[in-house]
Amino acid sequence: MDILIQLLDSTLRLSTPLLFACLAGLFSERAGIFDIGLEGKMLMAAFMSAAVAAVTGSVWLGLLGGMAASVVLSLIHGVASITFRGNQLISGVAINFLAAGLTVVVSKDWFKLGGDTPALGDARFPELALPFSEALADVPLIGRFYSDVLSGHAIIVYLGLATVALSWWVLFRTRFGLRLRAVGENPESVDTSGVSVIRMRFTAVVICGVLCGIAGAYLATGMSAGFRQNMTAGRGFIALAALIFAKWRPGMALLACLLFGFLQAVSIRFQTIEVGNFQIPSQFVEALPYILTVVILAGFVGKAIPPRAGGEPYVKER
Amino acid sequence: MDKMPRWVDIALIPFINLILALIVSGLVVLYIGENPLEAMAIMVNGAVGSAYGWGYTLYYATNFIFTGLAVSVAFQARLFNIGGEGQAMVGGLGVALVCLLIPFPHWSMALVAAMIGGALFGAAWAAIPAYLQAKRGSHIVITTIMFNYIAASLLVYLTANTLRTSRGMSNESDRFADTTFLPSAYEMFSGLGIPFSRSAPMNVTFLIAILCCVLVYLLIWRTRLGYEIRSFGQSESAAVYAGIKPVRITMIVMLISGGLAGLMGINAVMGEAERLVADPVQQAGFVGIAVALMGRSHPIGVFVAALLFGMLVQGGGELEFEMPEVSKELVLVIQALVIMFTGALDNMIRTPVARAFAKFSRGDA
Repeated sequence: MDILIQLLDSTLRLSTPLLFACLAGLFSERAGIFDIGLEGKMLMAAFMSAAVAAVTGSVWLGLLGGMAASVVLSLIHGVASITFRGNQLISGVAINFLAAGLTVVVSKDWFKLGGDTPALGDARFPELALPFSEALADVPLIGRFYSDVLSGHAIIVYLGLATVALSWWVLFRTRFGLRLRAVGENPESVDTSGVSVIRMRFTAVVICGVLCGIAGAYLATGMSAGFRQNMTAGRGFIALAALIFAKWRPGMALLACLLFGFLQAVSIRFQTIEVGNFQIPSQFVEALPYILTVVILAGFVGKAIPPRAGGEPYVKER
Repeated sequence: MDKMPRWVDIALIPFINLILALIVSGLVVLYIGENPLEAMAIMVNGAVGSAYGWGYTLYYATNFIFTGLAVSVAFQARLFNIGGEGQAMVGGLGVALVCLLIPFPHWSMALVAAMIGGALFGAAWAAIPAYLQAKRGSHIVITTIMFNYIAASLLVYLTANTLRTSRGMSNESDRFADTTFLPSAYEMFSGLGIPFSRSAPMNVTFLIAILCCVLVYLLIWRTRLGYEIRSFGQSESAAVYAGIKPVRITMIVMLISGGLAGLMGINAVMGEAERLVADPVQQAGFVGIAVALMGRSHPIGVFVAALLFGMLVQGGGELEFEMPEVSKELVLVIQALVIMFTGALDNMIRTPVARAFAKFSRGDA
């Protein structure tokens, strides 16, 4: 029971960066811009947020810095794939390498710590105790769940849950959301009704950058106490897999990210698993989230239909 | 838009893109507080300024030819194989198993067997994502990336456990038998009067890489299969209409692609390390993406681009040595910018250049 509570607790923690990255991809891909650069944007944001937080001592300024860095990369992706109609996959790959290289080059120059940032003391997101978590702790079943699993996370975790609802509302209940989805399905129709496809897509890409920025900032200043080289470790790609699994829907994205977060929690909690006399190697457990990502993509997604105009630059007819 | 001369398309535009990438990287160097021109000079000198430098540059270039060809072949069918890294790792494993398990009397036999082993293992590692893409519609970009991580874990496990040497403290396999050692460039070329450095890792694999360039050219542009691959890449629906089966083409292309990436193992594992280490590929699989984009997915272009990236990596190593402020990850930045400018921002240069040529030719007439 204790182990289950611990697992669920770290599931929520580990799902959060995936969730923000997944929602970031959701906005971008719903508007017809594929983005495999989520990984790079998260990494850049993780570095910038940790660097700013280390220098200024303010985790909130760090968050802003991370968001700004991520948005800059988003805009590069936008210019390449919207303005110059380049290949969106290639642009995303370039952004991933750019972040992997720049974060190390710059952090070695700034902090001289071999590519990491200094450990953050107080400049991290503190763990919040939800109201009544003490008082409710003794209520059977729900009490433990509330006080040990739901309570005691950084504010970003709760922000993530709220962002799911907000994303659903924006995408499916506002005019802006309707247009954004239309731009990803049938840009001609949006253009005909007098709305700029270019502007809509750029807006989506910027939203994507902001959300990736939060994901990266949480990784470096919430979950960990500083930036380490390549600390995203494929989370951006797992978020993309979650997005496909969720079939580009915010609510399903939450469930998918919780699932992938749970897999990561298991692989961190159980470095060694013994089955009878046979000990499962820790390298296998480490690779488990990646293996299961493939299995889930291959076996359980069913037919996932991406937004129809996804990946295609829009050429206005003259 | 008027048609541009061919040399503009295949030489001038990539060259301008490269210059742009270097200029932006130069700004990064400038920001760190070093002189970019000086850094450039160190890199060029380190890469091609000595027989030792050449020996390393061409060794790296050999790796990049294999991974670059791997990405190129897949690109011809519009498949984006980002899994070159993992396929080359598993290919290296295949090479190592052949070298460790079979006692060879002579290196030439070992080389042939290792090539088969490397190519088979690399192809097998590409086969699963290919099958999932063709049959289940799982996005090949995501699955190949996942397979890179899985391959990395696999090699860490094997070099730390199953294949770990009983001698020494490091996690690596036994040293291969002396009879599998490939002739180095020093041994091959000293008879021809070309003095290569004795300590540089370049070896006979370089010639095999060139042979692969020729074979890929013949396959893609001179065979029926190559024609099918290209038509599938140009338009899947048209290809299906012409009786080309998507599943078959996807599988064949990815098997060839993975096999080429796996062949990198003979250079890195058999030629250089002469044992299996945990990470024999050292990012070469990813460099292959930049090489393929810059080389326009054509074997000649791949060869030139691989040479260029060989210089960058070797020069980058020297740069870190001479200018400790500039870390070798700068090469990663340059690589990213080359991918960005040649791959994604291509129209930024192409459109103005095309316009300039249109104007020019009209002025002529």
